[in-house]
Formats: sequence, C-alpha cells, structure tokens
Amino acid sequence: MWDYTDKVVDHFLHPRNVGEVENPDGIGEEGSLACGDALKLTFKLDENKRIKDAKFQTFGCASAIASSSALTEIVKGMTLEEAQKVTNDDIARYLGGLPKEKMHCSVMGRDALEKAIAYYRGEAEKEIEGEIVCECFGVTDVEIERAVRESNLTTVEDVTDYTKAGGGCESCHDKIQEIIDEVYGKPHVVRLKPAGLTNIQKIKLIEQTLEREIKPSLQKDGGDIELIDVDGNTVIVKLQGTCATCVASQVTLKHYVEAKLRELVTPELVVQEIQS
Amino acid sequence: MKVIYTDNNATTQVAPEVLDEMLPYFHDLYGNPSSMHSFGGQVARKLKEARQKVASLIGATPDEILFTGCGTESDSTAIQAAIVSHPDKRHIITTRVEHPAVKNLCEYLEKNGYRVTFLPVDRQGRLNPEDLYKSLSKDTAIVSIMWANNETGVIFPIEEIAQIVTQSGVVFHTDAVQAVGKIPIDVQKIAVDMLSLSGHKIHAPKGIGALYVRKGTKFTPFLIGGHQEKGRRGGTENVASIIGLGKACELAGEHIKEENKPVRYLRDKLENEILKRVPNAMVNGDREHRLPNTTSISFEYVEGEAILLMMNEFGICASSGSACTSGSLEPSHVLRAMGVPFTAAHGSIRFSLSIYNTEEEIDFIIEELPPIIERLRELSPYWDQSKTAAIDPVQG
Repeated sequence: MWDYTDKVVDHFLHPRNVGEVENPDGIGEEGSLACGDALKLTFKLDENKRIKDAKFQTFGCASAIASSSALTEIVKGMTLEEAQKVTNDDIARYLGGLPKEKMHCSVMGRDALEKAIAYYRGEAEKEIEGEIVCECFGVTDVEIERAVRESNLTTVEDVTDYTKAGGGCESCHDKIQEIIDEVYGKPHVVRLKPAGLTNIQKIKLIEQTLEREIKPSLQKDGGDIELIDVDGNTVIVKLQGTCATCVASQVTLKHYVEAKLRELVTPELVVQEIQS
Repeated sequence: MKVIYTDNNATTQVAPEVLDEMLPYFHDLYGNPSSMHSFGGQVARKLKEARQKVASLIGATPDEILFTGCGTESDSTAIQAAIVSHPDKRHIITTRVEHPAVKNLCEYLEKNGYRVTFLPVDRQGRLNPEDLYKSLSKDTAIVSIMWANNETGVIFPIEEIAQIVTQSGVVFHTDAVQAVGKIPIDVQKIAVDMLSLSGHKIHAPKGIGALYVRKGTKFTPFLIGGHQEKGRRGGTENVASIIGLGKACELAGEHIKEENKPVRYLRDKLENEILKRVPNAMVNGDREHRLPNTTSISFEYVEGEAILLMMNEFGICASSGSACTSGSLEPSHVLRAMGVPFTAAHGSIRFSLSIYNTEEEIDFIIEELPPIIERLRELSPYWDQSKTAAIDPVQG
C-alpha cells in the first residue's frame, strides 16, 4: 500500500470542488483513459480577475484525485499571473508530499492549469513541442528536459515518476539518460554498435572483456576461462579449474559470460564451450 | 473495524491447525533433520510425513517432491533446470498471461539468447492448444504454462496441453500455484513433468513452496549446496514451514469440495449481485472454466486503486489489476493480453475468497461497493461523457 500522508487521504476521501464550474472562463484537460489518469479543470474569474471558483473532475488513483482537489484549493483567490506560477511541487507540498512514483499526478494538475489559463487567454492549444521520446506515453524531449530542470531529476527512474516517460516498453531509457546528461553537462556515453566493429576489433574487445571483467570473477571461485576461437559471432571458450567440473557451468556460461560479452562487446554473441 | 479479507490469491491466513502443527518445531523440536542423532531424526521423520502429505494432494510419490522457498523458486528451478539439462536447445514456450515468476524469467532469458514464444489468449483469457502445437520445435527445451490464472482464475486445459507437449518429447512444467488445493489435481493422470506449488496460497505460511519433478525427468539443481533434497536443492530445510505445508495440503485435500461448493456459491453471489447493481461492470475471463474462488470485475471509467482505497475504509481487502496499485504505469499484462479495453482494465478489482469467508461478509461487500463506484464515477470526467455517448443519436 502506498504511504500516503493524512492530507492526501483526506483530499481523496473528501475531495473539494468536484464538478464543473458553470460557464467557465478557463477549461483545461490533461491525461487520457489509456494513460490511467485524466483531469478536467474549470475556473471562473471575479470582477477583479481573480479565480473565484475552480472545480475538477478526475479519473485516476487516490493521489490523482487528491492532487486535483489540492490544485483547486491552491488557485482559488489567485490572479492568473499568480496561478501561472503554481508548480507541481507546490501541489505536492500542499498535500504534505506524494510518493515519488506518484509525482506525475501533481504534474498532471500543473499541466491542466496551464491549459485552462491558455484557454482563457484565447491562446491556441500549444502544438506538441519537440520530438516524442516515449512512444508509450507520448512524452517529448522538451517535456522531459523541463521536468529534469524544474524538479532536479537525476535518474531515468525519476523522470518516469514525474512524467511517465520510460514507464512502458523502456526502449527510450537511453534517450532519457542523454537528456539528463545534457542538462547537467555530462558527455554522452557512446556505446559501440556491432556494425562499427571490425572482426579484429571485436576479437580484441572480447579478449579485453574476458581478461578484465570475467576471468577475475571466475578466478575468485577457483575457476578460469580460456578463449579458444571466435567464429563470426560465436565465441568458443574452454572452462578451467573448478568451473570445468561445476554442475552449474552452463548457467555460468550463459547467464554470466555470455551476458557480459553481449553487454560490453555486441549483443549478437553466443558463447559455446569446448570440452577438454 | 472488522477486516473482510477477499484477497486470497495474494496470500491466505495460516490455518490454526497448520500453526499448531508447526509450533513445536520452533522450540522443543529444533534438531537438524540431517543430523545423525535421534533428536534430529525425529524431525527428519516429520519431514518425511510432510513430504508424503504434499505428494498425496497431487497424486505424486514422496521422492518426486522437492521443497523450495516459494512458488517463484519452484518456477525458476523448473525452467532453469530444463534449459541447463538441454544445453543444445534454445527455445522456450510460455503464455502472455503467466505470473511474473515465469514471465519475467522468460523475458530475462530472451535477452540472454533464448528464443521465447509467448502464446496469446483470447478475450476470455483462453489458450488455443493449436497455437501451442504449431510453436513446438526440435529446439524447444521446455513448455511452461500455468494451470490457473492468478488474476482471472481462468483454468487452462492442462490435460490436453500436457499431452501435446509430452508427445513431442518436450519437458512440460506447469505453475499450479493457484490451482493446487482449489481443484483436484492428479499427476498420475495428467502428463506434467514438473509442477510448482506454494504454501501461502493454501493456508500454510509464506516462504515455503514445492516442486513436483516426475521420476525420470532430466534435472540439474538450481541451488547447489549440501545433500538435502537428495542433492536437488542444497540448504537446511525450512523445517517448521515444511511441516506447515504438509498439514495445509492435508487440509486442502479435505476442503476441495468446500472450495467447489460453498466458496463457489459465495463467489457467484458476490459477482452476480455486483453485476446487477452496478452498471458498466463486467467479469474478466471465461466464467465457466474458472477457479471457484476468483472473480475479476472491471468497473468502467473509474480507477482500481481508488476503488481499493475506498473499500479499505470499510475494512474490505481485495486487489486490482490497475497500474497505480503496482507502481507500474501499465495496467495488468493479463487483462491487456486478453484485449480488455483501457476503459475497463484500469478499473479492475479481483476478489479471491477462501473457506474462511462468510455470507455475511459477502452481503456487506454487495451493500458497500456500489455506492463507492457511484461516488468515484461522479468524480470521473469520462462517466458523464459515456452517458452522453450512449444517447448520441449520431453515434446510434
């Protein structure tokens, strides 16, 4: 069970300002059924252009409902200029914090508010800025960069918690990491691609990986490994010492030796053992 | 507040008889069953008795039973033992709706050079044995298919599946964690080579499982150590829990009829009344070939975690296939594999009953759940839209 604060539970069980404001000045919708949470925010201004009333409708979990309820409470009485400065962290703080995996609920609130203000101002709905990085949840590089900067996110996991990007098939994780690195000025880790390796380079890399990564680990347990040949992507090895007689040697070969070589050399490699 | 526990596919309460049987092995009878003295010997005899009871429940012989730490370990042991025992074979067949214990292991193996076929299921969560037949090849090291699904309770035609697999000479493993103790299982009549079961799903404690390995099945140990379990799984036995598992299996054998009649009656009453009282609710999975204790019901346009937390206010414990409950962002892979639409998949609730549930509890849920759904739908922007859509003359 999530470790929700009392205030989150209170706003979930007793949500404030549920529904739609009549003849609203601002309408903002964010999220979708497919994504698992969605929010519709409406507000009405008074004669002094302050938010007189704000209401919400939310499809989502407890933290999505609580974040929406909190948002409406926060913005009531604000001018639009003040409301525009409300951040997702303000929503989370108002609730006494949210589990980090649920921070995207507060981001949804902030995004719906921005859309509602833009609606009032008659601004055309913003076109999607940047390139889609996460296909599963339709998150762009601009959105990811913004979240990284605003909330000081440092890991892919953080980015997923705040934006959902990377929470599906995970194939965009490298790209997300690149964006994080760019924000903090770190150089990209350039991974060697199989196509970039000549046969000689591949064999050298296999030898280096065996020497530096694999042998020391096997030698600790009294075992060893010898490279016999490399035929295309087939790496032929001979196990020595305790590894040669170990009943689980096939597990070591596949789950450790082959996995390591695939990680550090090229993912196509298959390791085969030659028996003495 | 009274707790109404309907999450028995997650875990069960330890039966009082099971606990009573276990307690002496924590204090008075603490000998090591591998010891040569009689103080340990009496524990070894009790272990033997437990092994016999586990074997009896599924029609096995005691030496075909291997005690493990849990269902996950049983699954992992079976699959890894098969692939290590057949190093020349690089293909695994499983389904898209397996428990993570099998699904995640197969995905891991796929990343490490194995070819894995994930068989599809239809909208009712049913498997087509023809798909399995077509997927088998000379390269197949193992087929691992669950007996009954943990989320929907749908039972696969294991007898037919086992026949297809074993006639092809391929090792067949079934994750029967949810099926054991709820429906009759006899490995003498069904050609499974390996079968996983778990204690805490049948009123034994957490942290104990077993793997049935048919005599003659090629087997390489997963956990290598001492000579325990005839060298098939090293490590000092979890004595008290094994004894608890033995007692739980004995009780399960006696209670199988109760699972099939009174528990089924309560499950059906709960399900039918909910469907009657709550609009836009649907049962996920084949309602005919299903465990007697399980129902997965989807409530359109509301989200599962929110339902669970509101039910929690009334002491009702269930579980959900919604994304938010698990911390993942995708709803249940089982419901998605079945093609359950997002409108429903996010709002699915699983009730899984046991012999300890009463009709009074079921009546309480039937009374309290509909207003919860209604309340959450009042909050949902999609509920209004769905009503509008339903009467939209353009849409028909």
